[in-house]
Amino acid sequence: MSEFVQIVLSGLATGSIYALAAIGFTLLWQASQTINFAQGEFVMLPAFFVLVGMHVIGLPMLVSIALALVLSLLVLGLAFKKLVIEPMLPHGTLPIVMATIALGLLMKEAVKEFYSAEAQPFPALVPGDTIRLFGATISAQDLANLAISMLAVLALQLFLNGTRTGRSMQATAQNPAVAEILGVNIKRMVLYTFLINAALAAIASILISPIYLAKFSNGESLGLVAFIAAIVGGFNQIRGALVGGLLIGVIDNLAATYVSAQYRAAVPLILLIIIILVRPQGILGKAEGRAV
Amino acid sequence: MNRRHILAVATSALMLAAPFGAAHAQETVKIANISELSGPGAPSGTNWRDGARMAIEEINADGGILGKQIEFSEYDTQSDAQTSRAMVQKAIDDGAFALLGTVYSGSTIVNMLVAQQAGVPQFTGSEAPKITELGNPYIFRTSFGAQKSMPKVGAYMKDVMKVKKVAVAWVNSEFGKGGHDSFVAEMEKAGIEVVADVASENAQADFAADVAKLKSSGAEAVFVYLTEEESARFLREARKQGIEAPLVGETTLIGQKVIDLAGGAADGALGHVGLTPDADVEAVNEMAEKFEKKFNYRPDHNAIKGYIGAYAIKYITEEVGEFDQEKFVEAAHGITLTASEHPGVLMDVSWDENGEVSRESFLVEVKDGKQVVKDILPAN
Repeated sequence: MSEFVQIVLSGLATGSIYALAAIGFTLLWQASQTINFAQGEFVMLPAFFVLVGMHVIGLPMLVSIALALVLSLLVLGLAFKKLVIEPMLPHGTLPIVMATIALGLLMKEAVKEFYSAEAQPFPALVPGDTIRLFGATISAQDLANLAISMLAVLALQLFLNGTRTGRSMQATAQNPAVAEILGVNIKRMVLYTFLINAALAAIASILISPIYLAKFSNGESLGLVAFIAAIVGGFNQIRGALVGGLLIGVIDNLAATYVSAQYRAAVPLILLIIIILVRPQGILGKAEGRAV
Repeated sequence: MNRRHILAVATSALMLAAPFGAAHAQETVKIANISELSGPGAPSGTNWRDGARMAIEEINADGGILGKQIEFSEYDTQSDAQTSRAMVQKAIDDGAFALLGTVYSGSTIVNMLVAQQAGVPQFTGSEAPKITELGNPYIFRTSFGAQKSMPKVGAYMKDVMKVKKVAVAWVNSEFGKGGHDSFVAEMEKAGIEVVADVASENAQADFAADVAKLKSSGAEAVFVYLTEEESARFLREARKQGIEAPLVGETTLIGQKVIDLAGGAADGALGHVGLTPDADVEAVNEMAEKFEKKFNYRPDHNAIKGYIGAYAIKYITEEVGEFDQEKFVEAAHGITLTASEHPGVLMDVSWDENGEVSRESFLVEVKDGKQVVKDILPAN
């Protein structure tokens, strides 16, 4: 029983980080029909911004994290929108898909070339203490990851539902033409969405890198998991992406423990196929319309 | 200038250049390094390459091999078996006299056939037992295979640690499977029960489920047989989940790179190492110091293996007295190089008729981020 509790909690902690990436994925789709196949690399890169801050510039960890957040907003939010998405948008979804695949490769190879091909140690935000809970030993790091991710999602929900800007963003996602007639600056709302995605990717990066180690290739698996989580949960719902991320984190751990480590990577894909067959709009997705 | 003049000038230029080219070819010999310079094997492959490079520079500064300077070329396998095969072929096509690498067993198994077909001696850092069991006369190890080291680990667990139940975590690759099978066979012989047998995938990032499984198995010790980066992730997760059973492994669990990556999580881990920069051996310590000064990081066992491999090529060639690959291979089987007469091998070392290596080894514990030698285990 204690093993089960430990595995589920650990899965929820990792899954909550997947959820952040998946939510970003969903947001971009809602705001600009961008399917970002570089989302995994978006989660990989900010960890290297932190490492540059700490080891190249010599800043303390927390300052480096703040720097990484700012750089992520500029590079993964602003520059991504202005230089990659905006020029490609008039040509439809497929060119954007190709452009983001190319961007992902470019980011991966750039990190490999300019930082290192080797994995790098990455400091954890909390010490490696353990807590006894329901007979299981739970790590403080897992609990902190879960708490920080959930807080980020909660803050996002509050922002989207409780502020004028948030509601304008939702209006832009649901019907950009009507939103514009009603006086919403839709260009700015789309930019906000890109910035939020960049911030979510940066948080996910800082939380996952102490476990995965910072490495140029981390985005390969993270991008796929975020994509699957977004589809499983429902591509047009933040709550769906959250549920998808958590579900995949837990199922991955349960599969590795009770089925086989060899098949663990296949289990989320099997889940994806079942969901598409049974409920094409995803667990919490809606069959029509778009909403953030 | 008409076409005839151009031809005449070009021919004259070629005739003038030819003797220089021939003289250049006579003065150098090519040794190629094929290792994992990118991908998951990069920590091992880079260490290996840097160790070999340092040895080659020393040999060249000391007059080279039989008066010839070494031309050292590097090829990246990208930690991929098929790429390694292509790189070995390329190195041979480029005229390599001998090869250094690869470190990944899965790569060596594949690429050593290319070297065998071409009749080129190859010194590898791989440890899978199968490598020296395939009857390839051109392959030589620089550290012993799992079938040689596991009896030492088994004896230590039984006689010193007094373990009755053990769990094993291993990577499902050529390297991991070889080590796993040898270890389980040794446990059977020693009468130690294997209570959990947890396989993981190459380049696995998340070890939460693996560690939880091992933790609840009731094992008195966990034997960990993973590659470097995975070992570091495993150690971090083991620390995170507060696993209490001692973690025992091979060189890949407690190598310097793993210690650096795992941070404090490596403390307390035990490992059997064929070579370590912290061994109480003066020549090894000196090599490690020089290496650290030159490359700005602490070498691990792979760097020492690469270094010894390069020197072994020099000494064996000098033993033969000429650059003849057939005679080299003949001389290398059954040779013993003593550190007193051949300082580049750092410790007395022998190669048997299969290219398997034999030398003393060490049982080390990680304390405060450093390997501390607990015991010296005799050669077998």
